[in-house]
Amino acid sequence: MQAGKLKQILLITDGCSNQGEDPTLVASLIKEQGITVNVIGVLDHGDEDSESLQEVEEIAESGGGVSQIVYPQRLTQTVQAVTKQAMTQTLQGVVNQELRSILGDTQSIESLPPSQRGEVMEVVEELTETCDIQLLVLVDTSASMQKKIELVKEALIDLSISMNARIGDNKFSIYSFPGKKKATTQILDWSTKLDKLASVFPKLTSGGVTPTGPALKEALHHYGQAGLLRSLKRHAESEQADFGI
Amino acid sequence: MLNQSKPTLAFNLKPGTRLVGKWKRNSYVIQQVLGKGAIGAVYLAKQSDKKLVALKISDKVASISSEINVLQKLAKVRGNSPGPSLYEVDDWLAPDGICYPFYTMEYVQGSELSSFLNNRGSAWLGLLLSQLLEELDQLHQIGFIVGDLKLENVIVTNSPIRLRFIDVGGVTQIGRSVKEYTEFYDRGYWQCGDRKAEPSYDLFALAMLALQCVYPNRFKKTEDAKGLLLAKIKQAKVLSAYELVLSRAVSGRYQTAISMRQDLKKVLILQTKVEQPTATVHKGRSQNRDWLEIFMFGLSSLIFYLLTAFY
Ligand SMILES: Nc1ncnc2c1ncn2[C@@H]1O[C@H](COP(=O)(O)OP(=O)(O)OP(=O)(O)O)[C@@H](O)[C@H]1O
Repeated sequence: MQAGKLKQILLITDGCSNQGEDPTLVASLIKEQGITVNVIGVLDHGDEDSESLQEVEEIAESGGGVSQIVYPQRLTQTVQAVTKQAMTQTLQGVVNQELRSILGDTQSIESLPPSQRGEVMEVVEELTETCDIQLLVLVDTSASMQKKIELVKEALIDLSISMNARIGDNKFSIYSFPGKKKATTQILDWSTKLDKLASVFPKLTSGGVTPTGPALKEALHHYGQAGLLRSLKRHAESEQADFGI
Repeated sequence: MLNQSKPTLAFNLKPGTRLVGKWKRNSYVIQQVLGKGAIGAVYLAKQSDKKLVALKISDKVASISSEINVLQKLAKVRGNSPGPSLYEVDDWLAPDGICYPFYTMEYVQGSELSSFLNNRGSAWLGLLLSQLLEELDQLHQIGFIVGDLKLENVIVTNSPIRLRFIDVGGVTQIGRSVKEYTEFYDRGYWQCGDRKAEPSYDLFALAMLALQCVYPNRFKKTEDAKGLLLAKIKQAKVLSAYELVLSRAVSGRYQTAISMRQDLKKVLILQTKVEQPTATVHKGRSQNRDWLEIFMFGLSSLIFYLLTAFY
């Protein structure tokens, strides 16, 4: 089994979407394209209201990804942990599918006897370490996020330290939303490091709109634009096809 | 790390609960909880032969399987293998219908490092660190690092007094990216290096462990992160003897645990000479030579005393 390319979107937001398409629907469509959508919900102290919380979970669930709600202080660890967990989860899915094709329908890592799980986990870990990854980070920069932007920036720089310690290649790109004319604004085009981020991270921005759905849709589009994907049709074969199993 | 995991039965086992392994059919009675972490909960449990073991149970099959892999590799080290020894691996089909994977391991009984130092004196620190370096070296020799070396993951055992690491969750193959780490102990966080698993990563964390003992409330990162660490080492009275060794570790100057241990041993020898020879009663060969010196010194002063008394 050799490592393939993982495609992930990481959405960092603090509120409920209030403009444009339903983000849950868009996330499902993105998942269909073989890209996983993960969401981190950033809380303010005292506002644990479940409404914005619920959307975060729903988006990640339909996007086939991982979600986590945190206070701003814990962003660094969380961005790191969510990204890693998302990778492991996707790769475990790939390995499980492989197991099913060999051992029959009901097989998964869980149903193997403990003595055999170890070998499977070694494969998952090896893939996590060696696969190439494209990570598009979508940062909500609406008014209420402004106080937290500095922490988001730190967390992303820290994430690139972790990711670049891996053997596999990384490509990151960062977009903020809402944008001026479009739903998103590009902060950083596909690149391997985030250390330049310190200088480019903007002091943003606009009013109260949170067009999460449209922003996600544009994010999908940015994957195509970068020329990193040959054609959208190939997407339909889903992530798994990328793994030369 | 993810603080939101739903409370599952595995995290709330009451004393007296009996678990029977699904595959091997051995039974264990839960005595008390030893600790809870991100991956699972660890309980003190009694086997049917009355032996006490530490039992780690979780709802995360993947993480626990990977810890078991590591423990199995550690077991292959000859002699005192680093980390707790692994006994049994099994699943528990719980009353809530969920199948929880678990493993049992050696129950490492002892006290937390910082409370040990409070009770017995900080003069022990150097010796304990030196012991841990020996264990780290064994691990590095077989191609792994501890990764998540921190106060919560080490224990001082009573007899013999020894500092050991107990959590293998962060153990990572050399050359890969560190699996699990804690900010305060992470050289990446302090801008002192990357997160690639190599021996020097553990040695940095070991120096931070020493700092954590002296600064229980830790301290905040500043612009010049490395400068701050060096200053904190310098400021701490307790660490003054080890200043050079710790500064070197923080600066990534040691490539192997052995080289750091050698430098530390030189400091320890000085400690035996002047301050409290009793604090480092230990079997090492160099220490024996020291005892000989002390003995010779005592003997010569006795002769000198006798001579002056006579005349
Ligand atoms: N073999 C053992 N003997 C005695 N106590 C143990 C043993 N293993 C673990 N413990 C206790 O249980 C606690 C939690 O265990 P451990 O750190 O392995 O859990 P974890 O889920 O990996 O946590 P972490 O979040 O630190 O990775 C430890 O801090 C320690 O106090």
